[in-house]
Amino acid sequence: MNWTAIAMFLLFVLFTLGITRWAALRTRSASDFYTAGGGLSGFQNGLAIAGDMISAASFLGISAMMFLNGYDGLLYALGVLAGWPIILFLIAERLRNLGKYTFADVVSYRLAQTPVRLTSAFGTLTVALMYLVAQMVGAGKLIELLFGISYFNAVLLVGVLMVFYVTFGGMLATTWVQIIKAVLLLSGTSFMAFMVLKHFGFSTEAMFAGAAAVHAKGTAIMAPGGLLSNPIDAISLGLGMMFGTAGLPHILMRFFTVSDAKEARKSVFYATGFIGYFYLLLIVVGFGAIVMVGTEPAYRDASGAIIGGGNMIAVHLAQAVGGNLFLGFISAVAFATILAVVAGLALSGASAVSHDLYACVIRKGQASEKEEMRVSRLATLGIGVLAIILGLMFESQNIAFLSGLVLAIAASVNFPVLFLSMFWKGLTTRGAVVGSMSGLISAIVLLVLSPAVWVNVLHHQQALFPYSNPALFSMSLAFFGAWLFSVTDTSARATEERGRYLAQFIRSMTGIGAAGASKH
Amino acid sequence: MTPNDIESISQHPDFQQLVKRKRRLNGVLTLIMLCIYYGFVLLVAFSPETLGQSLSGGVTTVGMLVGVLIVLASFALTGIYVHRANNVLDPLNDKVKRECAQ
Repeated sequence: MNWTAIAMFLLFVLFTLGITRWAALRTRSASDFYTAGGGLSGFQNGLAIAGDMISAASFLGISAMMFLNGYDGLLYALGVLAGWPIILFLIAERLRNLGKYTFADVVSYRLAQTPVRLTSAFGTLTVALMYLVAQMVGAGKLIELLFGISYFNAVLLVGVLMVFYVTFGGMLATTWVQIIKAVLLLSGTSFMAFMVLKHFGFSTEAMFAGAAAVHAKGTAIMAPGGLLSNPIDAISLGLGMMFGTAGLPHILMRFFTVSDAKEARKSVFYATGFIGYFYLLLIVVGFGAIVMVGTEPAYRDASGAIIGGGNMIAVHLAQAVGGNLFLGFISAVAFATILAVVAGLALSGASAVSHDLYACVIRKGQASEKEEMRVSRLATLGIGVLAIILGLMFESQNIAFLSGLVLAIAASVNFPVLFLSMFWKGLTTRGAVVGSMSGLISAIVLLVLSPAVWVNVLHHQQALFPYSNPALFSMSLAFFGAWLFSVTDTSARATEERGRYLAQFIRSMTGIGAAGASKH
Repeated sequence: MTPNDIESISQHPDFQQLVKRKRRLNGVLTLIMLCIYYGFVLLVAFSPETLGQSLSGGVTTVGMLVGVLIVLASFALTGIYVHRANNVLDPLNDKVKRECAQ
């Protein structure tokens, strides 16, 4: 039992429950619930977006990758980061100008509500649930290790707290939990990087030299290794990471929490800065750990493996640079990180159910705000229960591929249709539905046929699809399907939909008629 | 917006100017970012030894510097966009709104 970690974690939980209570008193309308009233500043939203991206998976996973393979770990970090400028230049402002609560608002702006909302909600729920399961299983394992409580209790605890934050505090609580965690994680990691640099006399050259001297791969850790040796795989992975981020529903939803396009723009600027800064710190953490954790027998078990597995590198480094007190702090922050990310995912899934499915499809826009909010709370509860059950079911499954490949699915099912709806006049309802469905189906089928599943999980001899990432193919298919079924659509409805593009274009460019912040 | 408003806004010279400038800024910056990132990815795929060269005789490689530069370039490009959008595009946009949206 790690009592410092538990004490610090309890402090965090108490504090965030206090925030949830404060937020609950301010969450009265549907707009408050989904978008925190739309009144966050660009800086606050930028921190929250950065918080969503610097999850436990990237903090522990990327530092572990650098510890094991050196430079290859950096390739992942750069893929995620490089997506942000593209999101800013292409979609951030248009998204804010056109949408209200969910990205389906944007896709269905000039198209038929029922079919488009159904497919968008389906895409949102698939991505949110898969991501949620990956986070839950990772969380369960991590908490089991850090706090010494059972996997079952860990998953239950994460699920219950997540439901609590979202149902009572809505987006306001979810955002503030995310902001606080982002600040804690950024400062904790800054301290670690500072201590590592101090250890090496503030010379990165000395740090890299030290790492290359003790690492089994020697100076090879300073150059790209085998990770992206195949050009098709390299481009596919790059596309998946870059555009997958632009298809994650809990990230897209954050653009509706600011008052206008100008604040949306600023939030991406701050987010890119924080995410980039964080990844630069991780280089120091990962390479520093090769020396400060890798050469220290205390962090290895009898067989020479790292205690707790490769993902514990950053946690061990915390102990090495700051002793048990700082170890407790970093453990508590890692737990807080998981909580904050799952809360955002649950909220985006719940809003797809309550706003897209219930209010817009089932009730055809006739539901009162009260009813819509009641459904969203029930949906959060349902998603929480589902996430706990799935988390327990998938405990012993290999989920490493799941979390990484959620991005490939998001890039195929959500991004192409969202992009075309904003940029291409010709998109029709039929094209949008076929586009997202072909993206979703092809991404999942190719994933199953890829080496990661077909060979490693299903134990077949040879993969039917040779590449490990499907994004290049499934994204292209989604674009092609949307294009083909739009241009061949000669119905009267399609003509009307194309005719409504100009009005949508004017609003997306100027913000005339855009949903504003709610007044309190 | 009524069909009349749509017609008059889309024909308005300031609106057309706004669209033209916004497209150019977004297009150029997107292209730069895509070239930087996919240029890097292709370099990793086809010529990893270029990135593995020593930077100045020490252990630090060209690739490490390139990685850090990509992080800085991403941030710088978003900064350039925000600066241009705040100082050039927004005033133009406000003018369009004032003149067209009554």
